[in-house]
Amino acid sequence: MNKSKFLMVPVLLWAALFLLVPMLIVVVVSFLSRDTLGNVVFPFSLTGYKTFFDSLYLGIYWDTLVLSVATTVICLLVSYPLAYYIANATPRIQTWGLILITIPFWINFLIRTYAWVLLLRTQGIVNSLLLHFGWIHEPMQMLYTKGAVLLGMVYNFIPFMVLPIYVALEQMDKRLLDAASDLGATRWKAFRHITLPQSKSGIMTGCVLVFVSTSGMFVVTDILGGAKSMMISNIIQSQYLGARNWPFGSALSIIFVITSLILILLFNRAMQSRADRAKEGTT
Amino acid sequence: MKKKSHPLLGLHSLLLMVFIYVPILLIIVYSFNNTRLSGDWKGFTFEWYAALLDNRHVMEALTNSLTVAVISTIVATLLGTLAALSLRNVGKRWKGGMNSLMYLPVVIPDIIMGLSLLVLFSQMHIPLGKATVIIAHITFSMSYVYVVVTARLAGMGRQLEEAATDLGATGWQTFRYVTLPQIMPGIVSGALIAFTMSLDDFMVSFFVAGPSSTTLPIYIYGQVKRGISPEINALCTLLILVSVVLILLAQFILNRGKGQKKHKMLPI
Repeated sequence: MNKSKFLMVPVLLWAALFLLVPMLIVVVVSFLSRDTLGNVVFPFSLTGYKTFFDSLYLGIYWDTLVLSVATTVICLLVSYPLAYYIANATPRIQTWGLILITIPFWINFLIRTYAWVLLLRTQGIVNSLLLHFGWIHEPMQMLYTKGAVLLGMVYNFIPFMVLPIYVALEQMDKRLLDAASDLGATRWKAFRHITLPQSKSGIMTGCVLVFVSTSGMFVVTDILGGAKSMMISNIIQSQYLGARNWPFGSALSIIFVITSLILILLFNRAMQSRADRAKEGTT
Repeated sequence: MKKKSHPLLGLHSLLLMVFIYVPILLIIVYSFNNTRLSGDWKGFTFEWYAALLDNRHVMEALTNSLTVAVISTIVATLLGTLAALSLRNVGKRWKGGMNSLMYLPVVIPDIIMGLSLLVLFSQMHIPLGKATVIIAHITFSMSYVYVVVTARLAGMGRQLEEAATDLGATGWQTFRYVTLPQIMPGIVSGALIAFTMSLDDFMVSFFVAGPSSTTLPIYIYGQVKRGISPEINALCTLLILVSVVLILLAQFILNRGKGQKKHKMLPI
């Protein structure tokens, strides 16, 4: 009765060929060199990795990390209250809130980013409104700034933060709150010692999702940041499709993936030990 | 006993929803605005939608997108469903392994997936075109089908199948007349999700599409980089409409098949 095992053969073959092998090739390419035509050639070399330690690229990488962290923190701060509100609302509002927060997932992020061009450009809607009400006297430069990129990122990723936190809050045992209030805890105390720790898994998932997605999103910097702002993903993209320096592009990709993983692990560890300490404190 | 939320919390939530939806609604409103210099409202028009029909590039991109979406959906649905079915009688180890493999496309950044496939195709000397886009789309969308069908299988008991076998049905008959009808809603909604993912994908396609296989999102990207235009507003509006309708349909099918047990909205 173990015939069904053979059904997985096509999927395994497909995943091996188009998922695992490509990533292995990227690892190999990152250790190779390129000829003058941009072809990937032997011998092995560490040039790709060495180039990364050029101050130019290190600076861009630092900027990328700062932008990703800022996006994650802002998303968390604005999304948590919304997730909390939906999780504690009446069933009707819960259903509608969930539908409304899920729909943006399915609207192309390219389109969601483009919407901000309509709003932020010099003759755009925000400037027109500000001029109309006499709050400014000449149009402000809002598009092609770092602020616009941050705004676009936050805008795109709020739903990624709301949903996991909502799921955690929804699954939480609400009787704990009743118990806390019976024992005389204030609402803030109950939130601080029960709700917040219980929603930790959601916060973690949300933060990781937003952080990883932000750093890979070269389109937002491309459209809202203009030529001045760059992220590591813009460099990777241009090494692949423009400059044709694949060993360098691959090395950057690997550095990008590995540092993201390390940061996520550190973040998980930090959250974990905080939770442990909190537990010790209460018992 | 539920306590009422703080009014400020409600206000914050409302404002955040406004923040999320106003930009999207603006695109839709402006796609009907009767002026090329989209500043003020100059009356209602369908002109920009009509212009799309006459635009050769748009029509070509649309044809490419639909071709890719249809073919990749069929293959991804087959592969994802097979993967889900294959795990019914195997141990935990296999399940864990398959789960990790199938979640890989969901968790690795799109940019990494796109560039690694580009490297593969170039090393194998496969010219970039519709075929490479289709392969890439199958690779990420089979995961979504797998997730939906697996959830569906987990939610259904074995009793009916056992009854069928006891009554003398062959393995194939049991599958065809008992198992398949039960998981059909999962397969259909998985397919709809795969179709939407394919239609919407930009990042992966951007790396593996050739000059002759521009899809709608790639076309939109090229136009958006040049600035705003009412035709693009119209095109975006159509794409928004199609995605939202398809996903709500997928959700509806999943919920209807589920009976009394309520199914959560799919987050990814």
